[in-house]
Amino acid sequence: MTQLALVIDLNTCVGCHACVTSCKEWNTSGDAGPMVDRNPYGAEPTGTFFNRVQTFEVGEFPDTQTIHFPKSCLHCEDPPCVPVCPTGASYKRPEDGIVLVDYDKCIGCEYCSWACPYGAREIDEQQKVMKKCTLCVDRLYDESLPEAERKPVCVLSCPTSARIYGDIHDPESDASRAINAAGGYQLMPEWGTQPANHYLPRRKVSIAVHEEDLQRVDNPLRKEDRGQRAPTTRTTLDDSTSW
Amino acid sequence: MKPAFSVIFLTTLIGAGQGLFLAYYSAEWLVMLNMLQPAGSDYTTLAASISFLLLVAGLLASFFHLGHPERAWRAAAMWRTSWLSREVIALPAAMATVFAYAVIRYFGLDLQVLTLGRIPVSLSTLVGFMAMLAIIALFVCTAMIYASLKFLRQWHSPLTVLNFFLMGMASGFTLATVLAVATSAGPFGYFSAMAVFLTLAALMSRLFSLSRNLNLRSPSTLQSAIGVHHPTIRQMAQGAMGGSFNTRAFMHTYGAGVVRLGRRFFLISGFVLPLLLLFFSEADSLLVCAAALLLQFLGLLAERWYFFIEAEHPQNVYYQMIS
Ligand code: SF4
Ligand code: SF4
Repeated sequence: MTQLALVIDLNTCVGCHACVTSCKEWNTSGDAGPMVDRNPYGAEPTGTFFNRVQTFEVGEFPDTQTIHFPKSCLHCEDPPCVPVCPTGASYKRPEDGIVLVDYDKCIGCEYCSWACPYGAREIDEQQKVMKKCTLCVDRLYDESLPEAERKPVCVLSCPTSARIYGDIHDPESDASRAINAAGGYQLMPEWGTQPANHYLPRRKVSIAVHEEDLQRVDNPLRKEDRGQRAPTTRTTLDDSTSW
Repeated sequence: MKPAFSVIFLTTLIGAGQGLFLAYYSAEWLVMLNMLQPAGSDYTTLAASISFLLLVAGLLASFFHLGHPERAWRAAAMWRTSWLSREVIALPAAMATVFAYAVIRYFGLDLQVLTLGRIPVSLSTLVGFMAMLAIIALFVCTAMIYASLKFLRQWHSPLTVLNFFLMGMASGFTLATVLAVATSAGPFGYFSAMAVFLTLAALMSRLFSLSRNLNLRSPSTLQSAIGVHHPTIRQMAQGAMGGSFNTRAFMHTYGAGVVRLGRRFFLISGFVLPLLLLFFSEADSLLVCAAALLLQFLGLLAERWYFFIEAEHPQNVYYQMIS
């Protein structure tokens, strides 16, 4: 069974909000209708977003780390928001595990938002229906898009490649490899919701740079000492090219 | 949680309506079983009508909670999994049976349909029995909407179901007492004694849940919420400057003083005062009984308000500070 998901690397996210704005742009322009914006240029802008980036400071000054934390629906494998929905508007697709809301069926009772421990759902104040991340389901299978672009738009827009998209049930997918390699984890595991989205932890990154990496001592093409070399009888590569 | 006022009215109004019907219906059985003196005139039509109106009022209040009330009929679809869906079925079922009961009584369509041992059972008793089942189902469904949400620890308890049941029954019996006094018909003694007993039971059960909730801690912390295991984490930005649905729907904005006041008010007005008034009321003391009813209803509204205030949603850990 397929479970599409995002893997978000907190080690590389720089908190630029590119995913937030591209998400809003893609989804507000889609068939499902606009995502409300109240007061967009005023003092208290607010509106519907499927994805937000929060920022946390960890540790005590001066030993602190800033963590940018993108937050959206985690497409839980056991989503508590789905069975509570009285209309069936909230559902989990069996074929790819995406949790969706049918905006034509939703009565706006907010019950599902009470049942999601992550606060991943929002009522759209204009359309009065529940909205949340769709994992860009309207891109993933769209054959009019080049294959490389059949991904969630947040993944495409991330300048640091902090967002990895893939099937976490396929051990060979980029997403699964990243989870396994970097110790990917789930949010609030205590509730047993089994979020499909994973996060990669902060990790120490150090690269040892040796002199030889910059300057190869045995460079066969080195030309610094040309001319002082012992004359050869055969033509060399150097002679036939214009170094 | 932020108190949802339409839901507060929905649950208190239908609770009183359900309790009222069960008060009169139970009295009817006690009369049939010769455990209660038959009342002079037929008072049940009036009681069933008022019960029906309360259920209708609750239904109307619930529509204000919905973004799309015109689609409300869809909510019956997922009764296999959703307690809300089950409530959406149980409420009309209760309304229909209570209405049918009132109509049968009013037009005197009461035929004897069967006998239980030596007791003749009439059509209205049979319909009333179905109404009783629907009403009990409705109590369970309404309360389970809250009690089934395991993340809201303050609600996730059998006490929630017990509280909803006892409070609905208590207010229903208080209302029945007032009706008995106002119409000078009906078993005043039975109603007032039961109202006292149920109010006391509801008070005990509510105090029990209050003390349970006092020391309840959510297992979710900022550490588990973002998966960083450092003891010191400070939120710097929520991802929204002007607040969001997350900051508006899951948090109340009442100060600690107001919350404390609300708790005292609902305990005194919803339980203690009605207890005293009902205890000392007489069969002709309409004013005293009406005061008990009014105080109790206001108190139960405050109780339902507090029920929301009390519940701490785990998503709130993601929203500690706006900047
Ligand atoms: S994150 Fe919330 S809305 Fe998304 S699937 Fe899980 S419970 Fe449902
Ligand atoms: S708000 Fe919509 S999606 Fe959520 S539970 Fe109600 S009907 Fe279902």
